Amino acid sequence: MTASVRLDDVAVGYDDRPVLEHVNLVLEPGALTAVVGPNGGGKSTLLKLIAGLLRPWSGHAEVFGAAPGAQARSVAYVPQAESVDWSFPVCAGDVVMMGRYPRLGPVRRPGARDHAAVAAALAQVDMSAFAHRQIGALSGGQRRRVFLARALASEPELYLLDEPVTGVDAATQEDLMAVLDAEAKSGKTVIASTHDLASAAEHFRSIVAVNRTIVAQGDASLVLDTDVLLRTYGGHLLFVGDRAVLIDDAHHHDQPPAGEIHHHDDDAGTPGRRP
Amino acid sequence: MTFLTEPLAYEFFLRALAASAVVGLVCAVIGTYMVLRGLAFMGDALSHAAFPGVVAAYLLGAPFYLGATVAAVGTSLAIGWITRRGRIRGDTAIGVLFAGMFAFGVFLFSTIPNYVGDLFGFLFGQILGISATDLVTLTVLGIVVLAIVAVFWKELLYSTFDPLGAGASGLPVVALEYVFLGLIAMTIVISLQAVGIILVVAMLVTPAATAQLVTDRFSRLILVASAIGIVAPAIGLYISYWTNTASAALIVLVETAAFLGALLLGPRTGLLRRRRSPRHLTV
Repeated sequence: MTASVRLDDVAVGYDDRPVLEHVNLVLEPGALTAVVGPNGGGKSTLLKLIAGLLRPWSGHAEVFGAAPGAQARSVAYVPQAESVDWSFPVCAGDVVMMGRYPRLGPVRRPGARDHAAVAAALAQVDMSAFAHRQIGALSGGQRRRVFLARALASEPELYLLDEPVTGVDAATQEDLMAVLDAEAKSGKTVIASTHDLASAAEHFRSIVAVNRTIVAQGDASLVLDTDVLLRTYGGHLLFVGDRAVLIDDAHHHDQPPAGEIHHHDDDAGTPGRRP
Repeated sequence: MTFLTEPLAYEFFLRALAASAVVGLVCAVIGTYMVLRGLAFMGDALSHAAFPGVVAAYLLGAPFYLGATVAAVGTSLAIGWITRRGRIRGDTAIGVLFAGMFAFGVFLFSTIPNYVGDLFGFLFGQILGISATDLVTLTVLGIVVLAIVAVFWKELLYSTFDPLGAGASGLPVVALEYVFLGLIAMTIVISLQAVGIILVVAMLVTPAATAQLVTDRFSRLILVASAIGIVAPAIGLYISYWTNTASAALIVLVETAAFLGALLLGPRTGLLRRRRSPRHLTV
């Protein structure tokens, strides 16, 4: 069987600044994998590499047996909430329909099958009632639901989700993870970054710990391994007695490359905003 | 009714009406994407950058459109290329190239003996002087621009809204960006004769900005902007005819008035909107 993702001694970064080096990773279809690690450790960079948005500097990278980006129609990438302009003049249904655009190609307008796929995807994330709502008028959790619906509507083989459940309420987190769990069980590959170790242990079947390289890879019990935590988070760990406490810093994503805009608004409902 | 019909007896006025409607429509459509992409100043930059091309064409006896297109498209590609290298931010690259190209145009212009004469026309447009041939040329170019948008409207929208998601799903985001820069350049070339170098940016940005105040759906946004782009220049031309004042200035002033009207009366920003209770009190 062809691996969904195969990285062999890959290095990647922005401009002349390396972010990840000596990355080795193999993920098979059906994987439900959390990428954890400190801020700036390379979680987002790893996802962008697999998505074909960043070219590997060295080493060998394969997605479904081809170079990353070559099988783009089979890949759905959900960016961090902060990289989205929520004042953009589109409603929830418009955003989900964008998931159909690549397969439609130029000129062609969405047809009955596309509208049906959008309706089904919205229903799957329980957002049918909000299809005509402008995205800025949605709560943080609803926004994440809409972006997962866009990924579902594109009928991918590989899901790449950058902090899909950051800052959302518990109910949304349970719902979205249930959808992703079902997709993985049906043979799709799901990779999501998260800074929430408890959530990673509870909801994912495997974990990849990243800090400038892949520090450790294993099942959910990995996050209980003090040695792994120490190597992953280093100075961000505080030991209280025999328990490790993770001290997270304010801004949870990797340093974005020049030209990538991050939208921070002061709406209390925006996900990803933490004091 | 003579107020409306009298100017229609003049062919130059009819041509001006037709030309301004084409220019207004094309500018509004391209301007909508520009505003959403945060490229408002690209319009100003490229119109100024077209100046040396216009002057060079004049000196060489080449067609005006050719010179302007080469200069504007060349500059837009150069801005895109410099920005892609990193290091220099987009707005910085725009600032450097736009001033540099305009200075080169002024230099070329100053080599023409008694050069002051036509300068006003280049800077502020001469829509009442548009010939039948000019009208045909700008209409054909306008149709080309609108046809390209009709082909790629979905892809341009997706890559504007979420370049990472669009790129990962296989849309050629970088190529689309260059296509769009080329479309801006062509739109400016079409608009130069009508409104001149300095005021083109208003034709591009103001209708879309006005539409943003009245709707938050992309399809309606582009329709409202297009309606403003077509109607406002006609009103401006009539006022300019009856008051014997600068036509390009009035076209822009009518669009600006529409923007201010929408700002004051619009559903979200308007002074007349119903006061809502503060958010924390609503259930």
